[in-house]
Amino acid sequence: MADAVDPLFEFALRMGDNCLILGQNVSAWCGHAPVLEEDIAMANTGLDLIGQTKMWLTLAGEVRGDGRSADDLAFLRDARAYRNCLLVEQPNGDYGQTLMRQFLFDAWHHPMLEGLQASSNARVAEIAEKAVKEAAYHLERSTDLVIRLGDGALESNRRMQAALDALWPFVGELTSEDDVEIQLAAAGSIPAAAEVEAVYRQYAGRVFSEAMLRAPEDAFMRTGGKDGRHTEALGYILAEMQFLQRAYPNATW
Amino acid sequence: MSNAEKPKEWPLWEIFIRGQHGASHRHVGSLHAPDAEMAVNNARDVYTRRNEGVSIWVVKASDITASAPGDKGPLFEPSNDKVYRHPTFFDIPDEIGHM
Repeated sequence: MADAVDPLFEFALRMGDNCLILGQNVSAWCGHAPVLEEDIAMANTGLDLIGQTKMWLTLAGEVRGDGRSADDLAFLRDARAYRNCLLVEQPNGDYGQTLMRQFLFDAWHHPMLEGLQASSNARVAEIAEKAVKEAAYHLERSTDLVIRLGDGALESNRRMQAALDALWPFVGELTSEDDVEIQLAAAGSIPAAAEVEAVYRQYAGRVFSEAMLRAPEDAFMRTGGKDGRHTEALGYILAEMQFLQRAYPNATW
Repeated sequence: MSNAEKPKEWPLWEIFIRGQHGASHRHVGSLHAPDAEMAVNNARDVYTRRNEGVSIWVVKASDITASAPGDKGPLFEPSNDKVYRHPTFFDIPDEIGHM
């Protein structure tokens, strides 16, 4: 990388952007979910994630020290500057796809936050401690639903398997490790990727077998989101999310 | 069960929440869920969003046996004139406060 990038800035963006983009995607179900109870639950999840976004992006702004607020980072960056993994920007699809995406994310997010609670960086540990309780509930919920739909009716199993097939190639990026993470892990700021991956694999494996689902073997794992190389989907999400601030700069309530 | 007899709706569950300071669970409402575990999850999302509870009970609505409204007379009226069942003949010392 040409100019020195603070690894903590990059990492805070990755955590924050994951929450922001997934939260934005999930919030689109508000008023549209298949049953009232799911509608409320999904909106709660979205709100939790946006709350976590605020903590991470605030930290990113502080680390960078260029006066950018969480809002500035959320609404005034282009797709190329976004650092979320590709999984969270994938379209909602049917409700099964939304739930599978949520599960694949939660199963990583929770052990990651658990590890981050022990971070040598006090600010990171503090954010993780707040977020981990929400993530634990998200994981419990998405696990319950993946198992019930996977091991449910023929049609629900078919849809959940199709969702897993479509989304599995994006899982590798979650637990992949680049220079940013290697440096931070060496400093004890974040857990080693291998540790999180081990928990992820074991947990997801158990859930899939209970849910009568099979993760594709030897799937080609897609990456790029962490470096700002995104799929087409992110552009549409940002266009909608950032419209107001772009069209009416500095507009407030 | 064949598809024809399979109910399309999830069963109804009655939700009881123990409030932060309350001693007993109170009925707060009902919701639909495929099973008990999901009913607890849904109750958490529907009824405890504003920190209302510390414990949740869910009961399948069909498992509740209720008294019939028509039996109101025989069930409850006989106690109307049995004033001695109420502890109204004791003097409660002021220090006890509200009972």
